[in-house]
Formats: sequence, structure tokens, C-alpha cells
Amino acid sequence: MASHVPAHTRGRQRAWTAKRRRWAAWLTALALVTPFVVVYLMFFLYPAAEVVRLSFTNADISGVGDYVGFANYARLLHDALFWKALRNTGYFVVLTVVPGSALALVFALMVVRLKRLRSFVMASFFLPNILPVSVVTLIWAWLLDPRFGIVNQVLGTSIPWFQDPDWAMPAVALVTVWWVVGFSMLLFIAGLQNVPKEYHEAASIDGASNRQVFRHVTWPLLWPITTLVLTLQLIAQLKIFAQIYLLTRGGPFNSTIVMLQYMYRTAFQQFNAGYASAIAMVLFVIILGTSLFQYYFLRSRGAR
Amino acid sequence: MRRPGILGLIGTVSSLLMAGIWLSPLLWAVSTSLKREMQTLATPPTWLPSPATLGAYLDVLQTSALPRWYFNSVFTAGVITVTVLLLGALCAYALSQIQFPGKNVLFWSLLAGFMLPFDAMIVPLFMLMNDLGQVNTFAGIILPQLVVPVVIVIFKQFFDQVPKELRDAAVIDGAGEFRILFSIYLPVNWGITWALAIVTFIGAWNNFFWPFIVVTTNDMMTIPVGITQVKEMYGIAYARTMAVAILAGLPVVVAYLIFQRKVTEGIMATAGLKG
Repeated sequence: MASHVPAHTRGRQRAWTAKRRRWAAWLTALALVTPFVVVYLMFFLYPAAEVVRLSFTNADISGVGDYVGFANYARLLHDALFWKALRNTGYFVVLTVVPGSALALVFALMVVRLKRLRSFVMASFFLPNILPVSVVTLIWAWLLDPRFGIVNQVLGTSIPWFQDPDWAMPAVALVTVWWVVGFSMLLFIAGLQNVPKEYHEAASIDGASNRQVFRHVTWPLLWPITTLVLTLQLIAQLKIFAQIYLLTRGGPFNSTIVMLQYMYRTAFQQFNAGYASAIAMVLFVIILGTSLFQYYFLRSRGAR
Repeated sequence: MRRPGILGLIGTVSSLLMAGIWLSPLLWAVSTSLKREMQTLATPPTWLPSPATLGAYLDVLQTSALPRWYFNSVFTAGVITVTVLLLGALCAYALSQIQFPGKNVLFWSLLAGFMLPFDAMIVPLFMLMNDLGQVNTFAGIILPQLVVPVVIVIFKQFFDQVPKELRDAAVIDGAGEFRILFSIYLPVNWGITWALAIVTFIGAWNNFFWPFIVVTTNDMMTIPVGITQVKEMYGIAYARTMAVAILAGLPVVVAYLIFQRKVTEGIMATAGLKG
């Protein structure tokens, strides 16, 4: 600004420039966020709202149908297959979440005490996790093949793992644990590395055994990571679909049918999108509840 | 930690043993894929292929649509990775550096988005794609996978930590916001950008559920969806089935082995453990 301009004009000019700057900033911000926001609204928030709306309709898979009130939810209450899917999902979660996380902790403890072989051992445990699910199921369908599979040959058995109602779910759980354990292990390794060395040294000097150090020093400090691993695993395994679909198709005799697969079957094979949305809503609520639980549990740590 | 020699040795040996057990399904798959079909059915099983042959690999590359599925996967995962990072960086920069109305609402709606399971929205999403005429198209595969709010949250955390002086200096030099983002904020955060890129690419490459829903024709399938067809195609042909599995997994395994550190970094960040 030139100095000979009267003071009051300068003031007004400055106010005007500030306002214009703010507008320019807003417009820039708008341009920056719009691409993502459009995608987010169209392909995330809109379908999320649509699940709720559809669950009150008898729409087919093209979306055509009428509002039926709570009829879908009433039907859920008396649908034996739905309850079976819910129970099976719970069974699968029990078989995978805690055992898988415990194994991940064991692997993490193995890895952190290694020096030279460390990255090799870590990569061995993590490698399955990097594979697409259908590669995993192809390999395990071969390993657990009733006649020629290596597992039965080594055990001297002839168990039809994925065709036996009692074995099918544990077999799918085994495949899943093999697949995902490396992910949880990475989180545990990060947690273990954050435990200050001085704590261990201090405890050792005081004459604590390795087991006592783990029990009273490492484990309490590791607890936040443990809750994170458990909730992430819980949410992931509640959404079980691909392994079931690819290995058992929910069979034999619906002994492995799970929530998402029942939703898929209802929507895309029986073309009842309304009822499928009601099933989705149940899963929605369960996962939302788990997420909120995680959020409040871990908020103090600053993790999301 | 104290490590008495003999106990340490036992620890190391048992770690190696366990690692071997964990790798053995993959090793067995490789061994099977190098056999001739007849040898895969031998009882008792022969551990190593004799003679080792690449016949199964050549066969599946010639008789299946694997090359086409490779192209589909490389193309969609590539577009998804670049777009996710671009949209994410733009949005995160605005959230981190510019004051504008609705900013907090946007940020909190992103955090809330973490809690909604994408897999449960597949039915209305399919209807939407059907209405848009995008079933069995690349756009249909790609568009819903562009929503990765966690990328924004991570970028924002890193952008928040860039010293203000850098930005102030650039503003004085007359640089616009886009210039500042691409010449300062992204370059000083190349590390996390690469980590996010690799993790996003692997995630998109491996994604099964959505491509499985939105693609019904053979020529539009991505690798993870396409290879589920081969079992029906070849019947009992374990060497070829394992060759397909290995060819499908190879790109991500190689990517992981090359970028091991970056993959770990990206996974930590997306799990909310750093930044």
C-alpha cells in the first residue's frame, strides 16, 4: 500500500483484502476436498443409508419394491437359517480371534529376540498375509484334499475336511489363522519394541526370571496393543465371507453358513434385496458396536 | 534380555522350526506346481518334483485367461492406488492447512466412516452400479474402492507436522496451495506416501468381495476372482491349479519382499499405530 493513501481508506481496503483472501481460501479448500467428498458420498454414505432404507422394503435386486415396515426384521426372528448363520459366525470368531491373536503374540516374542535371522523368520510368518484370499483357499483345498492331500497322507487319515459338518468350520478357521496371523504379529512386534529396555534390565537386576519379567512388565505394557489386535481381528472375522464361499459354500448342510454369505445368497441368488439388507443391518449393528467399544477403549492412547 | 547360551539356541531353533511349518504350505504348493500331473497323485507322496517341469505354468498361461486377468488387476489396482493417494492428499491438505467452514464435520464423518463395514453395503452398491450401467466395467470395479478415509487421516497427521515456516515462505513467494502441496508437503512426506501406495496397491490387488460382486464375465475378472474359475475348468489337475495359485500370488509376494519395510510401515500407519 502506498503511504499517501488516507488512513480510513487503507483500513477498509485491508478489511476487504482479508475478506477476499478468506473467500479464496474457502474456494481452494472446496476444490481440494470436493473430489474425495463426491466419491465418499456416492459410494459410501449413500449405500450406507440405502441399506437402512432397503431393510424396510421387499425390493428385489434391481431395487424395485414396496415398504413393508418391520416385516423383514420380524421374519429374521423366526428364520432358523439366520440364527444358524449368526451362531456359525460367532463360532468362527471364537475359533479364530483369540487363538490367532495368542499365536501372533508367540510369533512376535519369537521374532523380537532374534538377531540375524530376524527378517527371514518375520517374513515367513507374514508372507501368507500378503496373498489374495483365493490363492490361500486354492492352496489349502489341495493340502486338505480328502484323497491326495498331503495332510491326510501324513496323518494317515482320510478326513474330508471341508465336507464333514464337524470338521468344516475348524478347517476354515485353521486356514484363516494361517492367513492372518502375520498381520497381528506385526502389531505385537511394534508393541514389544516400544517396551523400554531399561524396564527389562531393571527387573532382571532385581532378580526377576524371564517369565516374571513377561508377566509383570511386558504384558501390562502390551495390553493396549492386545486390545487393538483383538478388536481389529474381531471386526475382520465377523465379516468372514470369501474363505467360506470358496471352501465350503456354506455347506455341508449349512453347517458353515455365515452372516455375509447368507446375505449374499439372499440378495444375489434369491434376489431378495430387502431381506438381505435386514441381515446386513444386523451385521452393521454388531460391527458398529464393536468399533465404538474399540474407540472408547483406545481413545486415551490416541489411536483412532 | 538375558540369554543363557543353550536356552537362546533352543529359542532360535524353535523359531526357525515354526517359520518352516508356516512356510510349508507355500513350499508344497511350489513343489506341486513343478510336477507332472501324474506325479501329484503319487502315494506315498514324493516331496520333490522329478523331473521338475514348468509344463503346468506354460499350460495355464496358454489355456486360461490369466494374462487378461493380470492386465485387469494391474490396471485397476494401479488406477485405484494413484487416485486414492491423489484424492487423499488433496483432501488431507485442506483439512490440515486451510480454515474453512464444515471442516470439523468432514473430519468427524471420515472417522465415523471407519466404523461402517463396507462389506455390508454391497447390495445397494451393486444396485447403484447397475443403475449407472457399470456392472462388468473397469469403472464399476474401481469407483467404490476409491473410498479409503484412513489415507486422509494419515496424510493429515503427517501434514500437521510439517514446519509452518516452509508454508509461510512459499506463500510469501506467491505459490498457490496446489504448488505448496506438490512441491513441499508431498515431497517431505515421500516415505509415508510410498508406504501408503504399496499398501493400497496390495489391498486393491487382493480385494476379492467387491470385484466378485460387480464382475460376472470372464474377461473382466481380476486375478483373485478369475482364479476361482480354474478349479472347475481343469477338474483334478493339481499341478496346474497350484501353478495358477503361485502365478496369482507372485506379484504381491515379490512386491512384499522388495518393499518389506515400507509394507510394515504402511500397515502400522493404517492400523493407527504411528504418526
